[in-house]
Amino acid sequence: MIAYLIRRLLWALPTLLGVNLLVFALFFVVSSPDDMARAQLGAKRVTQEAIERWKADHGYDKPLFYNDNAQGSKQFTDTIFVQKSARMFLLDFGKSDLGRDINHELYARMWPSLALALPVFIVGLFVAIVAAMVLAFFRGTWLDYSGVIACVVLMSISSLFYIIAGQFIVARTWNLVPISGYEGGLDSIRFLALPVLVGVIAGLGSNVRWYRAIFLEEIGKDYVRTARAKGLSEGAVLFRHVLKNAMIPILTGTVVVIPSLFLGSLISESFFGIPGLGSFTIEAILMQDFAIVRAMVFIGALLYILGLILTDLSYTLVDPRVRLQ
Amino acid sequence: MRDFQIVVLWSDVLFAVLLAALAAGVAYAFRHEHLRRAWHTVFANRSAMAALVILLAYLLVTVLDSFHYRPALDQPDGVPQTKVQYSVEVLSLLDVALTTLRDTREKTYSAPFATHFFEKQMLEAPDGKQYRDYPRLKFGGAHLKDPAERAGDIAVRAAGGAALGGMLWLLAMLPIVRGVACSHQWTLTKAAREVLRGGTQIAWDGFAWALLFVLVLAGVLGTLSGHYHVFGTDATGNDVLYQTLKAMRVALMIGTLATLVVLPLGIGLGLAAGYYRGWVDDTIQYIYTVISSIPYVLLIAAASLMMTMLIERNGALFATAASRADAKLVALCAIIGAISWTTLCRLIRAETLKLRELDYVQAARCFGVSSLRIMLRHILPNAFHIVLITVVLDFSGLVLAEAVLSFVGVGVDPTSISFGMMINKARGELARDPLIWWSISAAFVFMVSLVLAANLFADAVREAFDPRALPSRRRLRLGAAK
Repeated sequence: MIAYLIRRLLWALPTLLGVNLLVFALFFVVSSPDDMARAQLGAKRVTQEAIERWKADHGYDKPLFYNDNAQGSKQFTDTIFVQKSARMFLLDFGKSDLGRDINHELYARMWPSLALALPVFIVGLFVAIVAAMVLAFFRGTWLDYSGVIACVVLMSISSLFYIIAGQFIVARTWNLVPISGYEGGLDSIRFLALPVLVGVIAGLGSNVRWYRAIFLEEIGKDYVRTARAKGLSEGAVLFRHVLKNAMIPILTGTVVVIPSLFLGSLISESFFGIPGLGSFTIEAILMQDFAIVRAMVFIGALLYILGLILTDLSYTLVDPRVRLQ
Repeated sequence: MRDFQIVVLWSDVLFAVLLAALAAGVAYAFRHEHLRRAWHTVFANRSAMAALVILLAYLLVTVLDSFHYRPALDQPDGVPQTKVQYSVEVLSLLDVALTTLRDTREKTYSAPFATHFFEKQMLEAPDGKQYRDYPRLKFGGAHLKDPAERAGDIAVRAAGGAALGGMLWLLAMLPIVRGVACSHQWTLTKAAREVLRGGTQIAWDGFAWALLFVLVLAGVLGTLSGHYHVFGTDATGNDVLYQTLKAMRVALMIGTLATLVVLPLGIGLGLAAGYYRGWVDDTIQYIYTVISSIPYVLLIAAASLMMTMLIERNGALFATAASRADAKLVALCAIIGAISWTTLCRLIRAETLKLRELDYVQAARCFGVSSLRIMLRHILPNAFHIVLITVVLDFSGLVLAEAVLSFVGVGVDPTSISFGMMINKARGELARDPLIWWSISAAFVFMVSLVLAANLFADAVREAFDPRALPSRRRLRLGAAK
């Protein structure tokens, strides 16, 4: 088990290296530090000197891979690739283009993100499973049929509309919660209630449909027929037998997003003014602070790969037939 | 007729290629019995037929909006006619059809069907005194002497429009009823009754009622928009109905153009990985693991930020603002395609791994058929349902993604109208008091109807083509009865 874990973690390295190289190619080969300087300095008719100065200030004036002017190992380390890209492997993200300390911001903003994303995840999972069970229990009836239609309609509405409608109805018309903003501690509940509600509803459609499909597949299996043949009631079959087995694909299918919860949600954080990593990323994109965008892409990939490893582990935990080797 | 210069935008060309491919696909499916039967199942689905009508209506808007030209500018008198100057504004056939909507700009906000502005403005009385009041609109309801006649006027015009739509509907349904009557040897009246009641194998009733709805709505909107701003106007006085129709093209382009990148990459690499295995498989798997491990929106954001810079740097290449905006749209679609081929590739790879071991493929190999031929002739046709399902399912997701990307600031060019832009602007409008609700409502209605229709159609396609699809309602019933 430990050996497998270590091997999987080592396998993640080439993938991360690929991510790193891809991002590097996008930011330094497709476009160049000159473009970045021009975007950052704003004006169209910016002088070449100003661009050079900006590049020197931010460490973009080095060669990409090989530094002729340096000595010894510095020939390789004193380059844009190592300083700006490879360094991220040590989780050292350096300073952003606008001079912010990225690592410091990450630690500060991770918690508000998690405070929003974790309740959305847990409540959303619970509500979706309950709703899917109800639909599966009444399968083939008008309730099931209209439930599925409701799911398709819910899926067809952009998440932006949910947020706008939620803010308008709950916060503006009913005045129940503040429209946006955030405070730490217990006060945060006031600010988080609406974003969590909106997040749960926005994710409901596709999840309920997916879980319903899982339940229906499980209900068609032999052991369910056996349970019915023993004379168990439909409710007992559903709760005692089907639920447990259906939880396996549901849980292993959702484990992958758990590490990414730290990243928070891009859209709802900036709509609700929650100072998490999602709004951090949006601000960086709007202000063209590319160092932050690079860092977030790398972290996003890192967390996703962690999620994949967790998924594999969860398979062994719930299903003893799966052996990790 | 004024002189004009035809402008061919990149997205127009690519969209035409896509439509041609679609037509070829339809022709191919028509000639093959098993495909025809699967499509019959799709068309037997009532909601799929209704969704098809909506999608076709939106497709028509997009096609009209994809023929671009630049009108010639009026020559000032007395200047010798040496060279015709063309306007920098690129127009489309849709703009011609909607000339009234485009030319009737008000100054600022006005509510749907309003005859007066939404906010009081400083006016000057004939005697020179200034006072504040709601001024009349330049266009909306300008033909009315007394604004109190408005309700009656709207009702009369709407009835006329509905009658027009109904007539068009009768014209459109006639050939269908004729066809049904011929194939079943029914009389025309019986055929008409069966079509409307859903007694035919193909669910013509869904088609007919949806078409009636669309045509009557189009008739009503068409006649009313000649005299009113049916959906109101936005901050700069532009007609909201015009904007939503223009946004439709962007939405459809985003939803479909990426396919042109996804198909070759996903199918080619998927087949190669599954067929050759070994190091080819390892390499391709590595590439798609890398791409798919980066969060979707972040990667698109990063790539399109860079692409925007590239386009800005080469700004001189584009003659008009429209062609630059179009280049951005095509670049965005290319980026989306270059990122989202991984799903299709993974599915095709898995299917190929399974198919290559089957006897008929082994037999083909024994006969010395080349690898390329085996992949294209023997494996791909049997995996093609995956391609179809993936493409159809992706469409609605991409339309939704456009709104998010525009919000993030990496979507389409700010000068072109898209649903994302409209929603973005609406945020500020909803915070005003009294609130301005029409812009976002229009965007909501059109966007949801597009995505919903796409979802319903995609579900029917999946049910018909995927052997492992969810049981339909009818089959569920039968299962319960057993």
